[in-house]
Amino acid sequence: MEALVASAVGVMTTAGIFLILRRRTFPVILGLSLITYAVNVFLFATGRLALNAPAVLNKYEDVPYTDPLPQALVLTAIVISFGMTAVIVMISLSAYLSARNDHIDMNAQDNTDAAGDDA
Amino acid sequence: MNHWIVAPIVLPAILAPFIIMVLRYHLDLQRIFSVAGVVGLLGIALTITAQAAGGDIQVYELGNWPAPFGIVLVLDRLSAMMVLLTALLALPIVLYAIASGWDDRGKHFHALFHFQLMGVCGAFLTGDAFNLFVFFEVLLIASYGLMTHGGGAVRLKAGVQYVAYNLLGSTLFLFALGTLYAVTGTLNMADMAVRVAELPAEDTALLRVGAVLLLLVFCIKAAVLPLHFWLPASYANAPLPVAALFAIMTKVGAYSILRMYTLGFGPEVEATQGLVGTWLQPAALVTLAIGAIGILGAQHIARMVAFCAIASMGTLLVAISLFTEAATGAALYYVYHSTLATALMFLVADLVVERRGGAIAPTAPMPQSGLVSALFFVGAIALAGMPPLSGFIGKLLVLDAARGAPDANAIWAVVLIGSFVTIVGLARAGTLIFWKSHDAQHIGDGSQGDVAEQPAPEPNPALALTSVFGLVLGLVLLTLFAGPALTYATKTAEQLYTPDAYISAVLGGEE
Repeated sequence: MEALVASAVGVMTTAGIFLILRRRTFPVILGLSLITYAVNVFLFATGRLALNAPAVLNKYEDVPYTDPLPQALVLTAIVISFGMTAVIVMISLSAYLSARNDHIDMNAQDNTDAAGDDA
Repeated sequence: MNHWIVAPIVLPAILAPFIIMVLRYHLDLQRIFSVAGVVGLLGIALTITAQAAGGDIQVYELGNWPAPFGIVLVLDRLSAMMVLLTALLALPIVLYAIASGWDDRGKHFHALFHFQLMGVCGAFLTGDAFNLFVFFEVLLIASYGLMTHGGGAVRLKAGVQYVAYNLLGSTLFLFALGTLYAVTGTLNMADMAVRVAELPAEDTALLRVGAVLLLLVFCIKAAVLPLHFWLPASYANAPLPVAALFAIMTKVGAYSILRMYTLGFGPEVEATQGLVGTWLQPAALVTLAIGAIGILGAQHIARMVAFCAIASMGTLLVAISLFTEAATGAALYYVYHSTLATALMFLVADLVVERRGGAIAPTAPMPQSGLVSALFFVGAIALAGMPPLSGFIGKLLVLDAARGAPDANAIWAVVLIGSFVTIVGLARAGTLIFWKSHDAQHIGDGSQGDVAEQPAPEPNPALALTSVFGLVLGLVLLTLFAGPALTYATKTAEQLYTPDAYISAVLGGEE
């Protein structure tokens, strides 16, 4: 179980970092999504892994339970990363539509800043 | 409980959706409500600063859940002064945005502006590490909207980079928080500080990993080298009034470093000993150097001011990384100066860009050249840290505090040479922009690109200049009342270095 979760986090992070270093927006966004998945799984594991255990305390008998707080954290993290991914998709789409290419890096002309009036 | 503490978060949180939903099509009403909201925020900030000045640390338990189980907001001198700085900064900027017509070049400027204020104030007030993450996200998502406000291909491309970089930063933040939670079992900052101190020495490996990850996240926000790469492109391509507001965003990173590493992971805690000072100080010095070199090399005024922001963050973090009371007092004085001066320079840059384009090269003279160049001169004096403005006092304090430090020679050399290079860079820019233009009328018509594509709809130059002068006034007051300001900053530093008061206020349970 531990090995499975750990390798899942590791593989997704590795793939995510690889994709983030690409030069087009689409793989970068995919990479960011993969990394957010990895962090979500990682957050689950921070409360220690417990199988088949409820996330509530039982005051009548001593049964194993799993830490509920990471689940709340994961929920927040999922919502935020979902929203952020939507935002970056929209911004990249409009950048693509107005610049007619989806390179993540700015080319030499762009690099002369917003006013674009450098020689 | 004292409900004033939550007011700086609640007011923008109500106002921003109100502006979106009710005033969507009424720009004039939006402007009125937005300015009123900022004035209200300033009033609230003054009130809570007065309350915190006594030295009591007040705790606001959200939902009346006692800490460490619920989320708490904590009002101490540091958070009060940072909220006050946010409000003081927001007022001239919102006035300038209205006067220059920037708020009309895209949709929802005022709503996003208030969401941004909500995130910043929340980050300053919260006493819970995960809640800090949430407020970071609030301020970031508003900043994504503000950064791409007005559109344009180059700005949107810079926006994609900015969002991607910060999304990665947020993910790193979650990894850091997860690690810290796994070690300490809590997310409340005060509770975490207690448990870190109690941790047996052999279990601290993961804790150190978490602390370093957290430091990296804050360094991304504070634009510390080598994590500063997002800043020049983003700030230079953002609408410049927005970039002026972003001057407070880098300070959120600096604030978080100060808060977390004086409270929980300070140099005196055995588990994390030597982590922050060892890494932060050289990084801050290099940041300062890179900022100064960037000022010298920039080809565009907005980019130059962005490097000014990096250089002043470098100076600020040098002071913070000393982690002594005197140095922190100096840093807190400098944070006021640095924020106001950077914002002033961004607004002056916008005045220049609107009038002649932003290239640091001779072009045709612009209208009101004398007035704008005078403002540029004031901003340059402030940023370079020359007398008579507050930058001089601030840098003097930082240097004085660094005197006894082990690396005092390096710090003095970098700060002084950096200031000199900054002076040269700003003088070069000012000469090319304002003086050489008069004998270079044949060169061009000051052709403008993306930023000034749409003519500013009925700009109100009088109000725009007034708001810029408001920032100048802020700097002058900060210079004239340097004594009281420094006393407050020193007391704040004292409070920061006696974290027991903070911890017992949060965990004591009394209301």
